[in-house]
This record gives sequence, structure tokens and C-alpha cells, in this order.
Amino acid sequence: MSILVNKDTKILVQGLTGKTGTFHTEQALAYYGTKMVGGIHPKKGGETWSSGVDGTALPIFASVAEAKERTGADATVIYVPPAGAADAIIEAIEAEVPFITCITEGIPVMDMVRVKAKLDKSKSRLLGPNCPGVLTPEECKIGIMPGSIFRKGSVGIVSRSGTLTYEAVFQTSNEGLGQTTAVGIGGDPVKGTEFIDMLEMFLADDATQSIIMIGEIGGSAEEDAAQFLIDEAKKGRKKPMAGFIAGRTAPKGRTMGHAGAVVSGGKGDAESKIAAMEAAGIKVSPSPARLGKTLVEVLKG
Amino acid sequence: MNIHEYQAKALLKGYGAPVAEGVAILKVEEAEAAAKQLPGPLYVVKSQIHAGGRGKGKFKELGPDAKGGVRLAKSIEEVVAHAKDMLGNTLVTAQTGEAGKQVNRLYIEDGADIDRELYCSLLVDRSVGQVAFVVSTEGGMDIEAVAHDTPEKIHTIAIDPETGVTADDVAKISKALELSGAAAEDAKSLFPALYKAFGEKDMALLEVNPLIVMKDGHLRVLDAKMSFDGNALFRHDDVKALRDETEEDSKEIEASKWDLAYVALDGNIGCMVNGAGLAMATMDIIKLYGKEPANFCDVGGGAGKEKVAAAFKIITADPKVEGILVNIFGGIMRCDVIAEGVVAAVQEVGLKVPLVVRLEGTNVELGKKILNESGLAITAADDLDDAAKKIVAAIKA
Repeated sequence: MSILVNKDTKILVQGLTGKTGTFHTEQALAYYGTKMVGGIHPKKGGETWSSGVDGTALPIFASVAEAKERTGADATVIYVPPAGAADAIIEAIEAEVPFITCITEGIPVMDMVRVKAKLDKSKSRLLGPNCPGVLTPEECKIGIMPGSIFRKGSVGIVSRSGTLTYEAVFQTSNEGLGQTTAVGIGGDPVKGTEFIDMLEMFLADDATQSIIMIGEIGGSAEEDAAQFLIDEAKKGRKKPMAGFIAGRTAPKGRTMGHAGAVVSGGKGDAESKIAAMEAAGIKVSPSPARLGKTLVEVLKG
Repeated sequence: MNIHEYQAKALLKGYGAPVAEGVAILKVEEAEAAAKQLPGPLYVVKSQIHAGGRGKGKFKELGPDAKGGVRLAKSIEEVVAHAKDMLGNTLVTAQTGEAGKQVNRLYIEDGADIDRELYCSLLVDRSVGQVAFVVSTEGGMDIEAVAHDTPEKIHTIAIDPETGVTADDVAKISKALELSGAAAEDAKSLFPALYKAFGEKDMALLEVNPLIVMKDGHLRVLDAKMSFDGNALFRHDDVKALRDETEEDSKEIEASKWDLAYVALDGNIGCMVNGAGLAMATMDIIKLYGKEPANFCDVGGGAGKEKVAAAFKIITADPKVEGILVNIFGGIMRCDVIAEGVVAAVQEVGLKVPLVVRLEGTNVELGKKILNESGLAITAADDLDDAAKKIVAAIKA
């Protein structure tokens, strides 16, 4: 099993015709035949996109609503540049696409405040923005994660950082554990999906036998997730977990690349997150190079 | 991006917020004319630097007994004397670090009779994804200390973006700040105005500390700190024009031209990494092995060879750097592009310090080949752990 996406997920691409959208759609099609079913471009409806790699052709529609109606898609991935990305998300929400992933980095926060208000009143799930997407090994790749480092297996991975997701995937593959699904929730302060939502799904997924959670400085999502895990453990729901928090050495008040990665107003520092995670039974690795090994140690008991 | 107090106040005045009259000056000779434009007889002379704690700050050149970076004056002569004392000197506050900041601008403002000092800020509350007012009756002091010692005195009121600030929201804020009479009347226009300014200008933080109740019962914005969402500057040329590059690190300015996420730090191992999380983790692992990073640098996911070379040059130009660690986990970023960028930069500016490179991911073999065949003194590392150990060992040797 897996979470969020599997071999049956049908995916639209908003921003398909751009350079980034084209490259990653080609990559997704090449990854175990991920079911990419169409693209959206307001002025190119009726045209066809074709992969430069293997010639696969995808229809382009003028709107998300039309594309969903015609293809039966249940997911969309957004590569639209920052200035138009919020409107692209809102279009997908209004078309009632169940699962929306936004890869775009650099969306103004106030635009995401606007998106969040609509999202909260909808039935759609948004992953991101500013995230690498989600990948279920040998089934489905949405977003920009490198497929080559994955291996089908038993670890659920959830992370705020893209490249640290890759580290966790790479290391668990090297340890022979493999992954059920890896999810990057993104580094922005206002986003669609938080740790808790993904932890809930991993706890409920039978194939997921252990979990790696990677957080970073800023906000209190890791602390909230730790409290959720403590509450669930009381109900008997618990899986072995390893973790990491990036930004122990980051100076206060400076934004570290990700818009959400900033220790401000005395909140969001690494030490309080590590303490909260350890209190919830997560073994937190001091080194980002030891995520896989730390999980193996946890599993050996 | 941060702006100065006087710029923030001018912006708020445009939204109808009550601010004192004031004039910004760059030279001592302008002080007298500036003060003459104000009603008097009480003036305030305020250092304009991008750091808080100015009032309690000390000027390096003036000795410990001199007054701080915000001074009262009871005559125009006194204003001029303060301006002479302050302009061009280095103000050290709790937020500037030991080096302090040179005061290049002063703001001369009409004085106010203060009854009460309050705290009011607006920021995006990420737990709810809404703009929130954070208010307290304990104004004029360090809000982090208030949050730590008396958290019950801090109130957070989140605003629904679909309604904006409602009468009910204003009532909640006013109650939290214990406003009555004229101040409560002023509140009805001030708080919606602050919210409007925050949203329309894509601010990241708007802090009014203190917001004062004057002896006449009215509210006034006595100080204002404003920072903007860098991701939204593309739609605010008016805000971009307020940028004061003398307040920023020269390496960070250069990096911003290349759209590199770069933060200058105090250590001596330069880092170049792709991805913000991995870049922070790389700093952390350097520290874990007993050394300090000289910078945070995320070249991003889609960097080309020129951008990589630019990043490398910025890192090598830092005289503190005694060794460099390049750590790339290529997803979108191809390892061969990184390798080409590093080689090109080294060929142009030379390599005077040890360089350790760890490459993983897309096109890793091609990337390693380019580095090996370059003939440069580059130490290859197998993984992140190996890379950190090797660079720390190299600079200790």
C-alpha cells in the first residue's frame, strides 16, 4: 500500500507547456508509467503536448474544470510561475480536484493566505507549495523527486525539505528498507498539508512499518505533530520513528532559504522541536547523514 | 526586506495612521532646517538603522556615558548638537552585534506626551494561515521578554481574509489593549488601516512598539518596524525603492542579484548546497564535527553553470573562509552542471583553500568525471558524513 498516490492516480499538469512542466512531466511518464492525463493552458486548449523523450502525447485543455471532466483526473500538479500560482491553485480548488500538488517556489505569503481561506472551505487537499511533491515507488511520481534513488519498501517519509527528503530516501534505500511513499510538505509558512495529516495516513497504512519525519526551524508544526503522536500512542497507534531537524546552527531572525525557516519572536528553534519529537518517542538523529542508520537502530530495538 | 522607521511611518501615514510630524536627514547641516519645520518645543532625534534597541544602544566612538541612539531635545540647538554627536558614528545595540551599525540617517520628530505605551504587531500566523494582530499592554519593551515572563499579557487576534478587520475584531483588540474614550474611537480606523497596509504592501512584519496613548487620550504610532515578503517585491516597485543597501551585507547583496539564498555567518567553512533544508543540515553537520559554517548558501533547484560559479565566487571572496564544502543532492539539479560551474569559477578566481565536494543524484558519474579531469585540487567525498569529516580535517591540518 501507499498514501496519497498509487498506480491508478490520474494526474493533470498546470503549467505543462513551460520548460519546468515539460521536463518533469517527461520524467513522471518515464517513472513506471505514472498516469499523466493532460495539461492546462488557457490559450492552448485543443492543442497537444508531446514528450521529447518518447513522444507520448497529452491533450491540453483550456481550464482545469474541463480537463477534469474529460479525463477523470483525481490529481493535479502545478508548475506555474509564482505570480500566477495562487490563482492556479484556486482554479483547481474550484474545479474540485481532490488532490492538488503545488511545486512552485516563491509564492507571496499573502497569496497563500487567500488560497488557504478557499482551501479550508473545500474538499480538496493541497500539498505544498514550495515542495518536491510525492512519490510512491514503482507506481506514481508527482513532482520533482529523483525516481532513481527510491526502492519499494516499508518506510513512510515526510519532510519539509526537498533535498533532505532525498537524503532520507537514499539512506533508507541503502539500508535495504525502501519506502512506501515519500512526501515533501514544503518549506513555506502557509501551506496546504502539515505533518499531522501525513502522520495520520502513515499510521493508518498497513504497509508502512516505520516513519521518518524531517522538520526544520520555524513555526510549531513539529511540536504539534509530536503532540498528535503522543495522543495517538495513548490510543495504541504507534510506529517506530526516526527524525531530524535542520537549522540547529541557524541564527535567530534570519530566513534560511525557505520562507518558513526562521526563528522569530523566540519561537521555532531547533532545540524545542527536537525535545518535543523525542518526548513523542521519535529517535532524532543529530546528523543528517545518519537518518537511515538511526531508523535501523530503532527497528532493532 | 527591511526599511527604516521614517520610511515605515511615511507609508503608514499614507493609510491614515496617526504618526508624528518628522523629517529625515542625511547631513548635520540639514538638522536645523529640519527642526524648524516642526512645531516644537519638544523634539526627538532618532538614529535610523535596521536594528532594534536603539534607545538603549551606545555609540562606540562616544564612550559609555554618552546618550543612546534615540534622544530628546528641548530646543533646535539641542537637535543640532545631537545630530553632530550621532551622524556617522557607530551604534551598538542588543540587535546589531558587537560591530554595531554606522548611523547614516537621522529622523527628527515632533515630541509626544505619553500616557501609556502599548505593543501592536501584525504578522502571518502560520498555524491558521491568516494575518494576526499580536497586542499587549506591555509596550515599549522587548516583546520576547514579555512573552517569556508574562505570556498571559500577549493577545493574538487572527483576521479572516474574507471579511477583513470587523467591528468585533476591533473590539477584541481594544479590550486587550484596555482602550477607552478617544483612543477606542481612534482604534476603529487605525487597526483596519494597519491591516490594509499589511496586505496591500505584502508585509512580512509590521511592528508598532510602542503604540502610545497620549495625554490627550489619542493613539499615535511612536515607532514602526516594517519588513516585506521578498517573494512579493516583484509587484511593489515603490517598496523596492526604499531599500537601503548600506544596511545589508555586501556578499548578501551580490548573492541576491543572482537570486541565491545566502546568509553570511561567522565561521570559516564556506558552504554551497542545493536545497534550503540540506543547506541548513550541512551547517549543522559542520558544527557537529566541531567547526562553524561561514555562510548558508542554497543555489536552488534549477541553477545553471553561471549561477553556481557566481555562488562559488561569493564564497571564496569571504576572507574568513578557510575551506569550502560543496554538497549537492541532485534531483532537478544535475551534478554535471554543478561540477562545470565549480570548475569554471576555480579557473577564474583560483583556489586558495581546501575544497571538498560531495555529489549525489542525477548525473553523478558525469559530475565526478568532470571534477577528476579538471586537474584541480578537489577532494571528493562519498556521502554527507564523509564530506563534513574531510573538510573539518582539511582546515585543521
